[in-house]
Amino acid sequence: MNEIKRKDLLDITSLSIEEIQLICESAKYFKEVFTRSIKKVPVLRGKTVVTLFFEPSTRTRISFELAAKRLSADTINIAATTSSLVKGESLIDTVNTLEAMNADFIVMRHPVSLAPHFLARHSKASVINGGDGNHAHPTQALLDAYSIIEQKGTLKGLHIGIVGDIKHSRVARSDIEIFQKLGAKVTLVGPPTLLPDEFKVYGCDISYDLDKVLPDFDVVNMLRIQLERQKGSHFPSIREYGKYFALTQKRLANCKSDIVIMHPGPMNRGVEIDDYVADCDNAIINQQVTNGIAVRMAVFYLLSGGKPLEGVESEE
Amino acid sequence: MTILIKNGYVIDPKTNFEAIADIFIENDKIKKIGSDLNLKADRVVDAGNKLVVPGLIDIHVHFREPGQEGKETILGGSQVAAKSGFTSVCTMANTNPPIDNQALVKFIKLEAEKGPINVFPVAAVTKGLKGEEISEMGELYTAGAVAFSDDGKPITNALVMKRALEYAKMFNAPIIAHEEDPVLSDTGIMHQGEQSVLLGLRGIPSESEETMIARDVLLTKSTNSKLHVQHISCAGSVDIIREAKKRSINVTVETCPHYFTLTDKAVSEHLSMAKMNPPLRTEQDRLAIIEGLRDGTIDVIATDHAPHQAQEKKQEIEYAPFGIIGLETSVPLVITVLVNENKFSYMDVFRKMTVNPAEVMGIDRGYLSENGPADVTIIDPDKEITVTESFLLSKCKNSPFIGMKLKGAVVMTICGGKIVHGG
Repeated sequence: MNEIKRKDLLDITSLSIEEIQLICESAKYFKEVFTRSIKKVPVLRGKTVVTLFFEPSTRTRISFELAAKRLSADTINIAATTSSLVKGESLIDTVNTLEAMNADFIVMRHPVSLAPHFLARHSKASVINGGDGNHAHPTQALLDAYSIIEQKGTLKGLHIGIVGDIKHSRVARSDIEIFQKLGAKVTLVGPPTLLPDEFKVYGCDISYDLDKVLPDFDVVNMLRIQLERQKGSHFPSIREYGKYFALTQKRLANCKSDIVIMHPGPMNRGVEIDDYVADCDNAIINQQVTNGIAVRMAVFYLLSGGKPLEGVESEE
Repeated sequence: MTILIKNGYVIDPKTNFEAIADIFIENDKIKKIGSDLNLKADRVVDAGNKLVVPGLIDIHVHFREPGQEGKETILGGSQVAAKSGFTSVCTMANTNPPIDNQALVKFIKLEAEKGPINVFPVAAVTKGLKGEEISEMGELYTAGAVAFSDDGKPITNALVMKRALEYAKMFNAPIIAHEEDPVLSDTGIMHQGEQSVLLGLRGIPSESEETMIARDVLLTKSTNSKLHVQHISCAGSVDIIREAKKRSINVTVETCPHYFTLTDKAVSEHLSMAKMNPPLRTEQDRLAIIEGLRDGTIDVIATDHAPHQAQEKKQEIEYAPFGIIGLETSVPLVITVLVNENKFSYMDVFRKMTVNPAEVMGIDRGYLSENGPADVTIIDPDKEITVTESFLLSKCKNSPFIGMKLKGAVVMTICGGKIVHGG
């Protein structure tokens, strides 16, 4: 495969293994681009990328913006609090306005699951899902997969644990799908209130006992635990949560020595992960951030009809 | 005015009569039913190869007036109902303002007089639909309300529900219940299960419906009153009602065509067009609803016809309102799904759209008999229709069935001796 024929990137569900592989290969090329002194290539010159964020986000929005800029696109950022949406304009009308200004890409983060899917049906622009509700976060999953490939060479045969608030996590859902598509075994870990039985629909294992499964993991992805879940009776206290599910220095001693530790950020140090683990050599949390830019560059490039990458020159 | 309907396959569920026969109508009454009637009539209708059934009755519609006339009106909704084969409907009380005083009941009846069919208002159980104090049921009933419902909302306070069931006994009118525990439903959007996990949408669990049905069945038993449960959607609800009926508790129940046609898998495709409350559930639930219809546990097929405007539905699924329209797809879905796919008899399905709903509401209609009301619907069960926006007469087009090809078309509706559709 040397081309992606789709308008939008909405979720991992609809991506083929070949498309995922092509994105990862292209990301590797773009990562090399940023080791140059001039970190910019002209492949999206003249294109307009709009980031439309209805939820607060720093790292994802900036990652998309940097990715677009390094491809020489023009970028516009719209945050919901400053948009016409607070004046009661509908999403469709907002997007019609953006299209009237010839936006080529709309990167949207939205608190409602499936909002980008809805938008994509009513928009001529390429829609990239920057995270929708609890549903999907496909570029995060792509960067997670890419980061694991960078460390381990492949996902085939790896045992990957995802730990924490699975129920409310779009990262978990997209990660499960991409890890499985690339041949890894996935085990989900968390308290039953945050890990409903229905997650068996993905065909992954479910465990409520981190200590039992941790020694077998080649990779573990620690999800951010949201403190407000305590109010919804999902767990009694951060203290008790940590007792069972935090990745601590003590627990690290029972892990494989080459375990790869991931976190989608932002971390709650001392809650789901302790300082020692967050800063240890097995943790690749900062590499994930760097790789996020490369993966998003690859996504923009391929969605705009980009072909294999030899011969792309840096901007003079 | 006289009408002679010739050679139709006449089905009357009240008397279990079915045969090829002629029906002679004079003014607002059926004068004669028999074979080869040779009577002079102003209008002769050839119903060869068609079904002739009592005018259909839908006991669960939202015509939105007063308050939300942009969605639908009593007149407009009545015209849609006539086109869809319905000669009687019961309108729900959750208008703005809600139907909780006699002036509003009379307003609905007055507006309905302009339209082609019979409209029987259902009035609120509680003042302002607040679930706190029971409404002036006596005055509402005298003004023309046939039953009481806070539909759209459950009555969460068990004591208020119990009092309402007791008090309504004075009028022998049923309390009609939207069964849902709002604490369990929380801010759910679709059925809680594998699909809601895959889509990351907050779920409405089946037990939200089941626990409230169980509560109200027990209250109905202890008060020896009359309960009608609306729009059941899941297997557990069918089981509870089946058991209640075994114990001779006076409960009746309806379901809607979407619950025997679609499942929660429709949400990813249709998004907000597949958002209704109760939600579409699993295939196992859909099959249990069909079995409940087959064994008689489910008495009535109603539509919960709930118009919403395009701009309201054309939003992110969470922000879009619950509800779909149902009148115009009701007969085609019943014939396609229940009769053709699941081998129900015409007698069984039309029983649930005529005499059974009439009995629930205490309406003297829904049957074909000499000197009975001249409400008649003629259906071509073999004619294929395609549901499109232009097929839908309804002002609002919020239907997940758009694009579907279905069998069964209403070719004529006669209400009170007048041809109100298909003339």
